[in-house]
Amino acid sequence: MTTEPLDCGPPGRGSDAPHRHVERANVEAVNKQASHSLYAAQKKIYPKRAKGTFRTIKWWVMIVTLGIYYLSPWIRWHRGPGIPDQAILMDIAHNRFYFFSLEIWPQEVYYIAGLLILAAIALFLVTSAFGRVWCGYTCPQTVWVDLFLMVERFFEGDRNARLRLDKARWSWSKLARKTAKHVTWLTIAVLTGGAWVLYMNDAPTLIKQLVELEAPLTTYFWIMVLTGTTYILGGIAREQVCTYMCPWPRIQGVMMDEDTLAVMYKYDRGEPRGSHKENDSWDNRGDCIDCHQCIVVCPMGIDIRDGFQLECIQCSLCIDACDEVMTKIGRPKGLIGYDSMTNFARREKGLSQKRHIVRPRTLFYAILVILISGAILYGLTHRSTLELNILRDRNPLFVQLSSGDIRNGYTIKILNKTHQSQRYSLSISGLPHYRIKVEGVKDRTAAGLPIITVNKDGLRAVKIYITIPKAELGSNSMAIAITVKNLKGTASDRNVTTFKGPET
Amino acid sequence: MSVEPEYDKRSDTYTTGHEWDGIKELDTPLPRWWLWTFFACIIWAIGYWIVMPAWPLVHSYTKGVLGHSQRDAVTAELKKVKAARSIYAKKLLSTKLNAIESNPKLLEFAMADGEAAFRNNCTACHGSGAAGSKGYPNLNDDDWLWGGTLKDILETITVGVRSSSDDTRLSDMPAFLTDQILDRQQISAVAKYVRSLSNPAVRVPKGAAGIFQDNCAACHGETAHGNIEYGAPNLSDAIWLYGSDQKTVETTISYSRKGVMPTWGGRLDPATIRSLAVYVHSLGGGK
Repeated sequence: MTTEPLDCGPPGRGSDAPHRHVERANVEAVNKQASHSLYAAQKKIYPKRAKGTFRTIKWWVMIVTLGIYYLSPWIRWHRGPGIPDQAILMDIAHNRFYFFSLEIWPQEVYYIAGLLILAAIALFLVTSAFGRVWCGYTCPQTVWVDLFLMVERFFEGDRNARLRLDKARWSWSKLARKTAKHVTWLTIAVLTGGAWVLYMNDAPTLIKQLVELEAPLTTYFWIMVLTGTTYILGGIAREQVCTYMCPWPRIQGVMMDEDTLAVMYKYDRGEPRGSHKENDSWDNRGDCIDCHQCIVVCPMGIDIRDGFQLECIQCSLCIDACDEVMTKIGRPKGLIGYDSMTNFARREKGLSQKRHIVRPRTLFYAILVILISGAILYGLTHRSTLELNILRDRNPLFVQLSSGDIRNGYTIKILNKTHQSQRYSLSISGLPHYRIKVEGVKDRTAAGLPIITVNKDGLRAVKIYITIPKAELGSNSMAIAITVKNLKGTASDRNVTTFKGPET
Repeated sequence: MSVEPEYDKRSDTYTTGHEWDGIKELDTPLPRWWLWTFFACIIWAIGYWIVMPAWPLVHSYTKGVLGHSQRDAVTAELKKVKAARSIYAKKLLSTKLNAIESNPKLLEFAMADGEAAFRNNCTACHGSGAAGSKGYPNLNDDDWLWGGTLKDILETITVGVRSSSDDTRLSDMPAFLTDQILDRQQISAVAKYVRSLSNPAVRVPKGAAGIFQDNCAACHGETAHGNIEYGAPNLSDAIWLYGSDQKTVETTISYSRKGVMPTWGGRLDPATIRSLAVYVHSLGGGK
């Protein structure tokens, strides 16, 4: 392309004709205001109520999950006098986590880490097998939005009524409906925050304190925070949370493959779509009558027929909507349904459809789930009620006494996880002759071993001094073991350390 | 790589014009509420500048209308801690020295207080683990120049050794060579005698025991077990403050050693000194 030099000429030589030598192009700036905005306004979605199998499943899931959340702090579990009788309790003040018959100390936080890892891998397993069922059925965001939508429908009616109400001028009736909705939402939000703090405190006591305005300020603070998040995320932000805030929709793409089940529109059966009259033939056309029912029931406001999308939480409500339409027009159900990419390819080749759920990826996740839950179960069933930790003195490493004997100091910590005071004997192995002195302990067994008493549900740190004659120092660092055993002989723990002395 | 932005029909969006290995980025608009959260943050920040300390000035900074100051907060906190501690400090002073160890709460306080005071005042000479070094006694062992009971330790900390205090612990071993009491040969002999008490391998010259009895036994005792009344070390044990080799012992006898520990009576309050005594006594060698 050749371009002639611009000839603008001196100003003032005016003429109405366009500049002949200026090149002109039919182009617009991409960021021109009219065609392109940097910001997108939230488009309000008015999901219609769906009816069908999946809606029923979702109601039950909602009842069960919300039931667990709101009611489980009220379950009582008798553990004995002086111990909280709440089945599930995160006793932060006393550093204990209670879960029915389990009691976990902060030192055992690895159980909780294990549980979180297990939950993550179970999520991977479910996602690779069945797609985003977590998002669609059990995610708290989904469940609470579903509940908030139910409230909205109760006060403002279904989709069309709501659309009309929002377009209508403000009236007393509209104000009353809107107020009732928001008040109910806020009530649910307060209850959600209120239930949260019950997990950290004895529920009946805390409720009494809350009502009498005598609960700690932090409790009110947390209730307020969770009230705010529940109201904003569940009532106002809704689908924006899934689309813009949640990282999970982006992450789970890597767990899916062509065999993963997902809610899909079977375009091979539905296309070409178009409106259809009652007596028209179904030949040379698809089953989709373009009624948009799948879009109006969608809580994310998307069109499932556009294919696999980031926004789709796979709640299956479009399946219910489409099945209802298909029944009415006398076509088979399942135009939208759980399907996999493999089946699209197989149908195209005329092969039978199949569900390929057991495959290396899901097997791998399943094995991991079994291994981890096995390890946690083993740990919990073999959980010791006694733990010994040894901190060896490092400064000085050893002390030479006036007699020439070598003395080493250790701080030992004994954890008594039972609910009775316990007496433990202390013995050393790895040294032929030794003297042992335990600071503040005079009790001895018949065999001469020191007896250390540890309070119920407590930890005791004691300083111990072990002394041996210099002649018995085998090397400048000897491996020894310290054993604590309760006098009944039902529990013991052993830990290794070293006995150090000067170079020999 | 930057290319001309192009229109993506599928998403109804332009690309940003950035392309990496054929992967292009859609210029998806930001949700508008997100923009509002940014504005809300800016408004919050302006409010924060007004109420909280925020901007550095040349010699000072903007104080904010709430007048919050972390320094004041710390000072107030420290005051509170001191007030809380003073209860224990008083109790520590009113409790008999030997009774402190049988009161777990008080012992815990004394140990923590004593350890902190030890770290701040004593580690320079005695080491952070109280293991001492040449010339500075190891406080973990069972050998005590001036006694290892709680009372003795408390007294030593209070008055010091060869310190400026009028009541100071004072031992004055002669410099046997400089003071011309013994000659080098006698010093060598008596050094060997002293070393032989804890080391059978050392051969003792004839007459060395006599030199010891004449010159040293008055303070160190006939059996050389020392005397805590005068701060005379036990010479028969395995612990040597300056070293047990022939040359070091000869030097000690020839020129004497005049180790100094300051008096802490005027510097630390009596409660802290009591805590220190309890702490040092607990290190394993307390009598």
